[in-house]
Amino acid sequence: MRLNLRVWRQKNGAAEGAMATYEVDGISADMSFLEMLDTLNEDLILRGEDPVAFDHDCREGICGACSLVINGDAHGPERTTTCQLHMRSFRDGDTIDVEPWRASAFPVVKDLVVDRGAFDRVIQAGGYITAPTGSAPEAHATPVPKADADSAFEHAECIGCGACVAACPNGSAMLFTSAKINHLNVLPQGSPERETRVLDMVAQMDAEGFGGCTLTGECATACPKGIPLPSISAMNREWLRARRKASRG
Amino acid sequence: MAVSGLIMLGYLVAHVAGNLKVFFGPEEFNAYGHWLRVMGAPVLHHEWALWLVRIVLVAAVVAHAVSAYQLSRRDLKARPTAYVHRRRRASYATRTMRWGGIVLALFIVWHVLDLTTGTVHPGGFEEGRPYQNVVDTFSTWYGNVVYIVAMLAVGLHVRHGFWSAAQTLGVGNARRERLLRALANTLALVLTAGFVSVPVAVMTGVVS
Repeated sequence: MRLNLRVWRQKNGAAEGAMATYEVDGISADMSFLEMLDTLNEDLILRGEDPVAFDHDCREGICGACSLVINGDAHGPERTTTCQLHMRSFRDGDTIDVEPWRASAFPVVKDLVVDRGAFDRVIQAGGYITAPTGSAPEAHATPVPKADADSAFEHAECIGCGACVAACPNGSAMLFTSAKINHLNVLPQGSPERETRVLDMVAQMDAEGFGGCTLTGECATACPKGIPLPSISAMNREWLRARRKASRG
Repeated sequence: MAVSGLIMLGYLVAHVAGNLKVFFGPEEFNAYGHWLRVMGAPVLHHEWALWLVRIVLVAAVVAHAVSAYQLSRRDLKARPTAYVHRRRRASYATRTMRWGGIVLALFIVWHVLDLTTGTVHPGGFEEGRPYQNVVDTFSTWYGNVVYIVAMLAVGLHVRHGFWSAAQTLGVGNARRERLLRALANTLALVLTAGFVSVPVAVMTGVVS
């Protein structure tokens, strides 16, 4: 198929950017969205132009590197990552708008690549457990109730792609932070730092300049891993609990 | 936002219940208005309880407005560059929280000047005769329009606000989701229908 692309081009973080129009031909419906962009870049390189920069890594939907806003939707019209989005979701002759994640906490590096270091710093603030390293412990040494294990797995699915921030009209990172906090806070392994984790990670999230949550629910709709909206309420519950405990000393 | 909002929501429920006394005739409605002034007597002096309620409400309105302002400023700063391709998805109630809130603030000013102080009241405002004052207000076309529009805004604001407050306070989870949504919709509907029934009753002559 033949497509008209309108792609955000920006030389670097300091430069002004704009949408540029390209035409790509010979696109198969079985190509992924990133393969379609590869085709465009091959054309651009042959013409001696600068190829479009975009983030990608595993192309299997598990690493969280790809990050494109396609026609106003983070990761495009299907509920998956950009790399797992196929061109059969589009029609011959379509005009497709491709933009980077938009948030002041995610500055544009070049074209469609943004710096998601803010997420790393939120994780560094408490998204880990203190455990002795060494060989794997005996699996039955620490019993975990089934419901807690399910909840932890559900939140552990977050790949940190940032679609929640990109989709949120407020550029808020509440869904990401809540996934990371809930994942560890429901497990016995995570309980020693249960209070400091939520307080420190939320403080870091605020310090990074993410917006506040107004519960529009856009984040959970865009999340390719299906992190549910009530996760935010669970994080708020953890935060209020930790504050109460901290005030009691 | 959540705590101040819930305080105001609690007041609205009491307010709509009181308003519906208008359907039992002028004596009962005026007597209700009088009772509001002697609430808590003889422990409390005349109008003390009423002023206590007013002070709490003003504090809640100010706290709500200040936090809304801070939240909005933060949210706008977090998305300095808008997307070129725009699309709308959030529900109407969710999208209109900010402007709806401003509309409601303006309405409250008019409402107090109209039926509490009587400053902008159409016809002769008489303290202690709220029944007649209500009929006067809803005998003007603009009184009806302003009131009904504002009450629709209240419904929308409560619909998203109540549910959001529950999430903020950490009450929400996957199992309670349907219950909280249903509660928010019911509250919104009951409040809007209850408030709007009064001007409709005056227009149709049920209350005169």
